[in-house]
Amino acid sequence: MKSLRLYLYRNWQLYALLILPLAFFLVFKYGPMYGILIAFQDYNLFKGVTGSEWVGLDVFREVFGMSGFYEALRNTFMLNLLDLLVSFPAPIVLALMLNELAGRRFKKFAQTVLYLPHFLSWVIIGGIMFQVFATKTGIVNLLLGRFGIDPVPFLTDKYAWLVTYLAVGVWQSAGWGTIIYLAAITGVNSELYEAASVDGAGRLRRMWSVTLPGIRPTIVMLLILKIGEIVQIGFDRPYVLGNVSVRDFSEVISTFVYKTGIQTAQYSIATAVGLFQAVVGIVLLLLANAIAKKITDNGVL
Amino acid sequence: MMADNGGRMAARRRTPFEYINVILIIVMVILCLAPLLHIASMSLSSNRAILSGEVSVLPRGINLEAYRKVFQDNSMLKSLGLTVLLTAGYTFLAMLMTIAAAYPLSKRLKGRSVFMFLILFTMFFSGGTIPDYLLIRGLHLTNHIGSLILPALINPFFLLILISFIRSLPPGLSEAAEIDGCSPMRTLTRIVLPLSMPAIATLSLFYAVGRWNGFMDALMYITNPKLYPIQLKLYQVIVNSMTNDPLSMQGDQLVSIMPESIKAASIMFATVPILIVYPWLQKYFISGVMLGSIKE
Repeated sequence: MKSLRLYLYRNWQLYALLILPLAFFLVFKYGPMYGILIAFQDYNLFKGVTGSEWVGLDVFREVFGMSGFYEALRNTFMLNLLDLLVSFPAPIVLALMLNELAGRRFKKFAQTVLYLPHFLSWVIIGGIMFQVFATKTGIVNLLLGRFGIDPVPFLTDKYAWLVTYLAVGVWQSAGWGTIIYLAAITGVNSELYEAASVDGAGRLRRMWSVTLPGIRPTIVMLLILKIGEIVQIGFDRPYVLGNVSVRDFSEVISTFVYKTGIQTAQYSIATAVGLFQAVVGIVLLLLANAIAKKITDNGVL
Repeated sequence: MMADNGGRMAARRRTPFEYINVILIIVMVILCLAPLLHIASMSLSSNRAILSGEVSVLPRGINLEAYRKVFQDNSMLKSLGLTVLLTAGYTFLAMLMTIAAAYPLSKRLKGRSVFMFLILFTMFFSGGTIPDYLLIRGLHLTNHIGSLILPALINPFFLLILISFIRSLPPGLSEAAEIDGCSPMRTLTRIVLPLSMPAIATLSLFYAVGRWNGFMDALMYITNPKLYPIQLKLYQVIVNSMTNDPLSMQGDQLVSIMPESIKAASIMFATVPILIVYPWLQKYFISGVMLGSIKE
């Protein structure tokens, strides 16, 4: 008892510091978790969580009967998968190329420029994209026109829009993504390079046979994590880049939740969709981590 | 130092491989900058020149008309000013809260593991968009600037980074201070904080950029145009003109509502502040990634 009092006397300031952060987590992080209950209710805004009627899994039954939900789910998978095919290898290739640059100044300059798009918001990027890819006035179509190519409706045809969506994704993320690979490359044993060049390996050969295997654990780890996030999708990018004429492809879970929940006030339905996504997401993430642990002896969680 | 493992050895003899590599990188650098330069020159060009497709990288028919219009509108300027204040205030408060949580949790404190579990759990599971929204509504924070500050005061990820940074500091100094009778608070302000400045600078920048670029929370919580932060304001400018631009392809009345040059000038408005701070902040961003090996 006495020692506890002494302990508290010494450390009360530390506990006092934690009061506000703790309050923050309880109110703004755990508070919404209580709100998940409305996924099992016929929620009425004025009656609140305590007054609304419980309906068991009816809301989920309704969700699983909505064609819009399946479409959003399919699009989430599709966009993430395509992104994985295009945006995942891009920073690896770019990092390998940057690593081969001999001029230190030029390398630094190139990195500075290539990282920049990462710091622009999707609203800004979307604004740029709408102007650059516009069918009549956009610079891309004007340039294509000079080579006699008919204007491509990059923003309004859903297949062309997919290309735009993916290209913009690479533009935004490829540079920033190199950082982690460049860091991994610095860890590659430099004796291996010497040995390889003694054996007569050229630059390209060393890149392929020394650098790439050297960063393989990093690549595998990030790939598994990305696959684990396949059902998660940010809101800003599909919402800002999408538009009515490509809705068949641009409507994903996050935008679907926003539209059903906030625009049309179907709170229970939107919450159920969000909960479904969160649960599937966490299962996939844990699975991915277990696999990563097995392969690299080194989990992420 | 060892980053150019491959580069060092062949520095004397330039191979074709190297030339091709440099050329490819230059192409990418140009591809990276071209859209920005294009928008910048559009914002400075006459609308006629834009529509006839004369504007590529350099402005044609240079004039500041678009910027003058944006300034005249006033709402854009106000939104910009609001966002600057919001970002500064948010970053300060968020950093304060993060430090307040990180310092005690970096020590061997009774009950620490309970706190850590509470924090880690929120990184994997959250209420979700709608419960978040209903909470903010319930707290009467909609159309209140607090809705853009309070729900994001602590990023659990950044908190973990700061905890591990403080733990990596040499323990001798704070131990000495405590033996000399410094209270934990005093040790924090006199010893730990000054030593943690690199981490604090980096995390502040992450908080600030996140707030500056933040869009979804404003879209959900703010409906009063007077409280629009810059991203939402810009989104409205772009979307309001969309009815004419990419959606209807019957070209006659294209761009009649919102001239392309004004859209471009509005985009510049939201971008330039980032461009100004970017070059000298860059090293912090990268050190931040190294700090916690953050992915994105």
